[in-house]
Amino acid sequence: MSNQGVDGGRRRFLTQATAVVGGAGAVAAAWPFLASLKPSERAKALGAPVVQDISAVEPGQRITVAWRGKPVWVVRRTPEMLESLDQVTEQLSDPDSEQPQQPSYAQNHARALKPEVLVMVGSCTHLGCSPTFRPDHPAPEIHSNWQGGYFCPCHGSMFDHAGRVYKGVPAPLNLLVPPHRYESDTMVVIGEDPKDVG
Amino acid sequence: MAIVPNPHKTTGVLGWIDDRFPLTKMWKDHISEYYAPKNFNFWYFFGSLAMVVLVNQLLTGIFLTMHYKPSAELAFGSIEYIMRDVPFGNIIRYLHSTGASAFFLVVFLHMYRALMYGSYKKPRELIWIFGCLIFLVLMAEAFAGYVLPWGQMSYWGAQVIISLFGAIPVIGNDIVIWIQGDYIPSDATLNRLFSLHVIALPFVLVGLVVAHLMALHEVGSNNPDGIEIKKHKDASGKPLDGIAFHPYYTVKDLFGVGGFLIIFLGIVFFVPDGGGYFLERPNFIQADPLVTPEHITPAWYFGAFYAMLRAVPSKAMGVITMGAAVLILFAVPWLDRSKVRSIRYKGWLSKIALAVFSVAFVLLSYYGLQPPSEIGTFISRLGTVIYFAFFLLMPFYTSIEKTKPEPERVTG
Repeated sequence: MSNQGVDGGRRRFLTQATAVVGGAGAVAAAWPFLASLKPSERAKALGAPVVQDISAVEPGQRITVAWRGKPVWVVRRTPEMLESLDQVTEQLSDPDSEQPQQPSYAQNHARALKPEVLVMVGSCTHLGCSPTFRPDHPAPEIHSNWQGGYFCPCHGSMFDHAGRVYKGVPAPLNLLVPPHRYESDTMVVIGEDPKDVG
Repeated sequence: MAIVPNPHKTTGVLGWIDDRFPLTKMWKDHISEYYAPKNFNFWYFFGSLAMVVLVNQLLTGIFLTMHYKPSAELAFGSIEYIMRDVPFGNIIRYLHSTGASAFFLVVFLHMYRALMYGSYKKPRELIWIFGCLIFLVLMAEAFAGYVLPWGQMSYWGAQVIISLFGAIPVIGNDIVIWIQGDYIPSDATLNRLFSLHVIALPFVLVGLVVAHLMALHEVGSNNPDGIEIKKHKDASGKPLDGIAFHPYYTVKDLFGVGGFLIIFLGIVFFVPDGGGYFLERPNFIQADPLVTPEHITPAWYFGAFYAMLRAVPSKAMGVITMGAAVLILFAVPWLDRSKVRSIRYKGWLSKIALAVFSVAFVLLSYYGLQPPSEIGTFISRLGTVIYFAFFLLMPFYTSIEKTKPEPERVTG
């Protein structure tokens, strides 16, 4: 085929313009497929907040509530458990909860709205196993300075009574405190922030 | 070069076909006149065995799909239904589940063969790269398939593997939710993994196998001596040290298939759970998002990579280490600077490196399946260092060592 009389600049422009439009079309065509993988409306509806009555939870007792299919622990901490928080500070990797693993209203000493009631997602921040509740202490097989807390049987991560992670374990972060608020003194809503904060 | 129809000038019905489709040409090019080195040994069984296992997986998979229900509610029950009520359903499922383990075993040995005899070296780099891609897709395929029975280990294994993407900074959590299609591994997750397992990934896998073989037949097979048989040809242009793939290697490979099937079917019939390694015991309990099994282990073939993930104390670095362990394989053709291909003619450094690497890989695989312990962590860390040192130091030890002279013609 002869290239005589061909306007090279015009041909190049048309080729590139076609390629750009075609590329944009390909991206636009990919969008619905990729977006279809997001949680469906039904999945989002099932992720709605849950309300839990905690009046029957005894001091030192833990109950497990399912929220978005994850285990959420509600623990009524004893004064002794709350005191233990200061005894392990040395061993923790984020004792002041600087990492965003809790809503701002739970970024405090006890990582809770009310110090005695701990609301926390019971899923290890390493790879999502559910740590076991180990309030018993001392427990030298876990740690020489074990003051009670949570121990992950999968990969050996340790957390204190506020879900703060120990140093030198696989879990990188403190356990997650979900958004929660109190509807009344005994009713806690998991999955919603208190009305007075954003 | 233009394509000439029917280059072998066949006649009759075959000639009619050959005028329109390269049937005889393909048969001769790839089977009856594909000349492979005559000195293939035991290690050369595993390529054809991988093909046999692939066919087994495709066939048994098709039949399992006829009875399986990809839904979080029904999946576990439909597996029990296959095991108890479908005629021979248990055999078909065991062929598929044992086939998955067999697939990895023969692929590991096939890759090890390539490492020993330098089968990745010029001009076979692309064969190796297609092979690495096959390995990568195979891992994804195995993971997706492992989730389908929706037992406890399926569920928590999925949770662990998908949460690896959470290590990506800033957008990690959103990516995890996007992959799962939900806030936790759920029905949506199972359904999409089913789609990937039975359609998308097998398609890609078969395509890559075709590319792997086309690249192989373009340059010809390597051999245990690592020398080119094309250097010495007879008058008709056929390599003096080459023999036709058919009948010589078809018969040899069939013998290998026979030996393989005796062992494979022995496992399928008598120990289909492989002592808890091929089918893990917690997977006989239905998935429960609220109860973590005491000890989550990956399938045995991911043990080495899982050990590396656990050996690193930081999550993000652990994930990067594990990914790098697979990706570094792609670079092997350019890391090996040796003048010779085969371990037979390489120096002591290469031999020691390969031996230490083999031991490290086996130990990593073992400790990847054990509960976390101090000694396990120590050996996993040491093994991880050895694994990477084997590859990263390869340019040095392969170039400074004294190699032995290669023979002109293949030996024994």
